[in-house]
Amino acid sequence: MYLNEAQVGKNYTVEKITLPFETERRLEALGMTNRAPVSVLNRKGKGILIIKLRGTRFALGYNITKNIEVEESGDGVL
Amino acid sequence: MGCCDTKAPPIRRKKGAAEGKNGGDYSMTIGFIGNPNCGKTTLFNAYTGANLKVANWPGVTVEKVEGAYKYKDERIKLIDLPGTYSLTSYTMEETVARNCILSGEVDVVINVVDASALERGLYLTLQLLELGKPVVVALNMMDIVLKRGMEIDMHRLPEMLGVPVIPVSARKRTGLDILIHAAIHHKDAKGPDALVHEHREISHHEHDHHSEYTMVYSDPIEDEIDKVETALVKSYHDIKNVRWHAIKILEHDREITEKYPLDMPDSTHNYESQIINEKYDFIGEIIDEVMVHKQRQDKLTDKLDRAFTHKIWGIPIFLGIMAVVFFLTFFVGDLIKSLLELGISALSDAIDGGLTSAGASEIVISLLNDGIISGVGTIITFLPNILILFLALAFLEDSGYMARVAYVMEGVMSKIGLSGRAFIPMLLGFGCTVPAIMASRALENRRDRFKVMLVTPFMSCSARLTIYILFAEMFFAEYAFLAAFSMYLLGILVAIGVAAVLHLIDRKKTANYLLIELPEYKLPDARTVGIYVWEKIKDYLIKAGTTIFIATLIIWALMYFGPAGFVGEGGGTSFAAYIGRFLEPAFAPIGLGFWQIVVALIAGISAKEVVVSSCAVMLGAAEGSAEFAAALAAMGFGPLNAVCLMVFCLLYIPCVATLATIRKESKSWAWTGFTALFQLVVAYVITLIVYQIGVLIV
Repeated sequence: MYLNEAQVGKNYTVEKITLPFETERRLEALGMTNRAPVSVLNRKGKGILIIKLRGTRFALGYNITKNIEVEESGDGVL
Repeated sequence: MGCCDTKAPPIRRKKGAAEGKNGGDYSMTIGFIGNPNCGKTTLFNAYTGANLKVANWPGVTVEKVEGAYKYKDERIKLIDLPGTYSLTSYTMEETVARNCILSGEVDVVINVVDASALERGLYLTLQLLELGKPVVVALNMMDIVLKRGMEIDMHRLPEMLGVPVIPVSARKRTGLDILIHAAIHHKDAKGPDALVHEHREISHHEHDHHSEYTMVYSDPIEDEIDKVETALVKSYHDIKNVRWHAIKILEHDREITEKYPLDMPDSTHNYESQIINEKYDFIGEIIDEVMVHKQRQDKLTDKLDRAFTHKIWGIPIFLGIMAVVFFLTFFVGDLIKSLLELGISALSDAIDGGLTSAGASEIVISLLNDGIISGVGTIITFLPNILILFLALAFLEDSGYMARVAYVMEGVMSKIGLSGRAFIPMLLGFGCTVPAIMASRALENRRDRFKVMLVTPFMSCSARLTIYILFAEMFFAEYAFLAAFSMYLLGILVAIGVAAVLHLIDRKKTANYLLIELPEYKLPDARTVGIYVWEKIKDYLIKAGTTIFIATLIIWALMYFGPAGFVGEGGGTSFAAYIGRFLEPAFAPIGLGFWQIVVALIAGISAKEVVVSSCAVMLGAAEGSAEFAAALAAMGFGPLNAVCLMVFCLLYIPCVATLATIRKESKSWAWTGFTALFQLVVAYVITLIVYQIGVLIV
């Protein structure tokens, strides 16, 4: 599944990121790598999310979340 | 803002290494680095006393900023580097920071870490340690950590990192000297202090790095590092810090792979993800050991975010907050303003009486009263309104709410082809267009930046506020607030409308990638807010004393002199009257066909407040707003004309400073010229519509 389909309050593990080079690097620098754990704090629309990644909150637009493949890994915020 | 140049070269003042190190009479140089929002600039300000702007979103310190600090007998040079999350070479901030540290200009690096976001902070720390420079960690915001019921083991943390860790509070200014003392002592450190790590796994790697390096990778990566190191040393004999270069090559870092090309058979695999993951794994170990009661984190932020970033209520709450901001600006501001007006009116009377009895010439009295006091004095009376507006904006920024606006507005903004983040510069435009246009730098996409630069001037800035306050109160009495607030809404609508049209006709549509950190909410710091507001007030006063003062003098001269010499009040035969009457026909269709108003609007291009000060000079406001209103009424200037004036002022060229900023940021005269023309056309067309419809109704 993709991150834009993720549900609030659940945790996911990043499987694959397919984004333009610069955006992918920026995400990586923030710790959004393959195998990175992500928890979803809030969502709206087609998949505009607030996530917690490596201890920090980020807002991600739909164009980013729809291109991040994830796997569900449990409930509760990390 | 401490930044002036988008394409800031890594080091602005390039000096020879030796001179750079101890240029002037500095005994050493300390570089400050940290994540955005970690309190780095506040700490830097605490040392240098500089009033650098602190903002709660990335990209504020783009250029490095320097200061000095005296500790005992040592004069130390301090450099504030841009806030950054990592030291790769893909963004301007990262490149500036990394090159400054690597250049040898910095003796010691002070890594400011927000203790309440330890995980993220330590990621930068581990990268810094790999650079091989002496590092001292300043653990900031410990008070927040304690308040949340968490604790950090200050004994274990330095053991695991191998560098000193000093708790400081940038806001309360504690730990400052201890930190500098540690930096001085650590200046010549060659490697990490004694490291105490637990090694859970059995290593097969031929070297035991755990006593040498803070960050030790898994065997397969360490094997690769060894291979690349060998190759590097073979090809580049005098390379320093081989390990860091080897790691960067394994990560396929753009700058390093270009600088040190290697001919290795299996160098195609990119280890970046793995290297990042292992760093975070190690950080996880550190957090487990040093952080007590971790789960007590950020309950407050969760609660507040449930409301502020609610999918339905998010936007109404935002609009509500803005309404409160403008309400305070108007009503509380006006209470104080009326006191100032009394003072200025009294001053004017005193000068009139005093100078007349002293036998001063008519021209001198007119210059002082009708020129300077009417013009500049009127502008000064708006100070309370402006102060409150900026106080509110500073509060929104420092509390952490501003970043949420990007999330709240993402849905709307993405429909018009912009990222929610583009709304932040627009929001800042309510304060002043100049820094708002500079803030558009934080947008990654160049096309977005140009769009934002084009529409931000439509956001009603504080200078335009003076026009609304004056005219709305004169003509709409108890509905003044409503009239002014509708100007703000109109500004937003025009800005969004223009962006939407651009999006429709834009053939090269690019996708937008909203990515912004949402800092935890905090009570704004009085000092930070104070510095921010004071800077704005200072700018305003300087503007009143320079641009507005000069524009006022010119207007007074044009108004009180004509081809026949000094013509005195009324000025129907003045130079101003001749200029204004010439252009009057062009302004008549938009309800502004009054030569005095035409002259004021032209003068207003220097700064929007000048529209007010010019009107004041031409219509004699020193005698009070009743006189002002009477003079306008005598001209046949009614409520509809007042609305037209407000709309036109909202939309036409904001000021010379804005144009200069657009030129600087876009590096294009053609674009700047186009922007100015575009704003004039939009202002004219919309005011035309308003007036023509208005004439039909009234």
